[in-house]
Amino acid sequence: MAKPKTTRLRNASHAQVHDERWLQFYRQMLKIRLFEEEVNQLYLGAKMPGLAHLYIGEEAVAVGVCEALRRDDYITSTHRGHGHCIAKGASIDRMFAELLGKAAGYCRGKGGSMHIADQDTGNLGANAIVGGSAGIATGAAMSAKMRGTDQVAVCFFGDGALGQGLLYEAMNMASLWKLPVVYVCENNQYNEYTHYSETTAGEVTARAKAFAMHIDSIDGQDVKTVHATALKLIGRARRGEGPAFLHCQTYRFHGHHVGDIDRAYYRTKKEEEEWKTRRDPVKMLADWLQKNQLADSKLLSRIESEITKEIKDAADFALNAPYPPAEEVNQHVYA
Amino acid sequence: MARRIQHSPAAEPTTREITFGQAINEALAEEMRRDPRVFIIGEDVAEAGTPFKVLSGLVKEFGPARVIDSPISEAGIAGIGVGAAMTGMRPVVDIMFGDFLTLTMDQLVNQAAKIHYMSGGKLKVPLVLRTTLGATRRSAAQHSQSLHAWVSHIPGLKVAVPATPYDAKGLLKSAIRDDNPVVFFEDKMMYQLKGPVPQEEYTIPLGLADVKRIGKDISLVATSSMVQVALAAAESLAASGISAEVVDVRTTAPLDKQTLIESAKKTSRAIVVDEGYEGYGVTAEIASVIADGAFYYLDAPVKRMGALDVPVPFSPVLEDQTVPIPEKVAEMARTLCNK
Repeated sequence: MAKPKTTRLRNASHAQVHDERWLQFYRQMLKIRLFEEEVNQLYLGAKMPGLAHLYIGEEAVAVGVCEALRRDDYITSTHRGHGHCIAKGASIDRMFAELLGKAAGYCRGKGGSMHIADQDTGNLGANAIVGGSAGIATGAAMSAKMRGTDQVAVCFFGDGALGQGLLYEAMNMASLWKLPVVYVCENNQYNEYTHYSETTAGEVTARAKAFAMHIDSIDGQDVKTVHATALKLIGRARRGEGPAFLHCQTYRFHGHHVGDIDRAYYRTKKEEEEWKTRRDPVKMLADWLQKNQLADSKLLSRIESEITKEIKDAADFALNAPYPPAEEVNQHVYA
Repeated sequence: MARRIQHSPAAEPTTREITFGQAINEALAEEMRRDPRVFIIGEDVAEAGTPFKVLSGLVKEFGPARVIDSPISEAGIAGIGVGAAMTGMRPVVDIMFGDFLTLTMDQLVNQAAKIHYMSGGKLKVPLVLRTTLGATRRSAAQHSQSLHAWVSHIPGLKVAVPATPYDAKGLLKSAIRDDNPVVFFEDKMMYQLKGPVPQEEYTIPLGLADVKRIGKDISLVATSSMVQVALAAAESLAASGISAEVVDVRTTAPLDKQTLIESAKKTSRAIVVDEGYEGYGVTAEIASVIADGAFYYLDAPVKRMGALDVPVPFSPVLEDQTVPIPEKVAEMARTLCNK
């Protein structure tokens, strides 16, 4: 693993571990970015069955939150779930294999892009029903409390899930019973092809406030802010101080899914360009790392080429991996 | 055969008569004593013990941390049940009326039923969702339906429809120990039905039908309280010289096709009786299984008797027409037997 030399550090008094962690954050965010770009290529090259919903532009949320979690903590994810999966520690070769429907995939090819689950890293699964995992995350938190562990559950969902009743039923119970769960709203501005302001009355955070829940509303493009806030909220939950609602303002750089290319009817090119040039979370962290002399351009490009190779190897592994045998079609219906 | 020995509780020396509701209560209490992971969540399950009083006393023994009163949030408690089941607990979710299953459907159908499969066999959802079915309680259209066909239709769910206190207890204990999501239907009109149940611990495997009465002229294949209707019909048929066999399906998923087919092969006639809507219902599935499996042995078409395909009406004179009754079952049996 590439590390900055201590002599490069401006603040030698900073614990080096601390500074290196920001590089780890950078690696993780870049890995998500390049993974998703490869997914797009696989789609465009007609090598991937079905569709995928790219997380590009939102990397700081998944990494900032998941880096504040332990391996045995739980997350539930969404149809736009690759970023959460990587950030929680999944291997990208098995993820690519799952996306291609191969037996080596996390779910033996039975789940696909929208259903990757990895219990070894506490990922209870992506979910293709918008808001569909609110109950599951809350139940996992309840289970942690009942079993007397100090595990925490994080429920990732988008602004679209704000229209689902299940979320409010779950948040009500979580607050009533002080469950260790953090609801992370990734507000990427769009419910599929509709701006959230056209679907969401009132203030987003007012909804959580009604349940007397702790709330933070932050810039989801700045991984440092996301991480610091996540540490605070997850710490509260772990100490038994109850659930929280974290509202992250972010942006989906690509379309709703890989095939959503012509987007002019619902948002402008100018808007997209502004976010991409001024609010790109990966670029923002890279700039910060350089400004604070935690990395130079040489190191960053070395990291990029290392990850690029890792992505290529993982995609090649998946492309060459066998499909599941036909007789697996009716296996795993029942445990 | 094992499946025919299942109901011989009278042979047990320590058997006593308890109600269907008490049998459910005992099954829950025993499993909660046996396994600290088991807990109950639902609306008015604790002090109230549900409107049917089936859970009375459980909160006293196990406390409010394991018998949890929830808000009126069926989807939410079903979802919480799924999440808790995935992470090491064994929740029993109480959905007061089967009609409210509609509110839980995403959590049951898209989540609980599919998680094991979608995860390639890694995640498990050992969830029990108890609910009710059955009309004639004068509860009108939104508290009287029997919607077990809805969940029986979904691969990944198991569905129990017990007909006696003995079966209710044994099947519920198995459901709680099962690693799959099980929807457990109790006919609310049967809670006071008494029957023999042994003192000793026992379980009944899910997926095994039970021949409740042996006969040779016609098979009455029934579910839940319709087993009692079929038994009453068989009694009256005996008086007119028709020997009816009554087969209790016990679980619609998995369905014990073999026992149903064997019975129809033996008697050469079958009527399927179920309290769900007849259209696209449980009777249709079972009748097709029998028609297919016993085709060359049948002397008459397999007949179906389900609930009338109307929203359940309130007025007693109207409601009573919607549910199969012993007289109608016997009448159809006589027609099929040409007697």
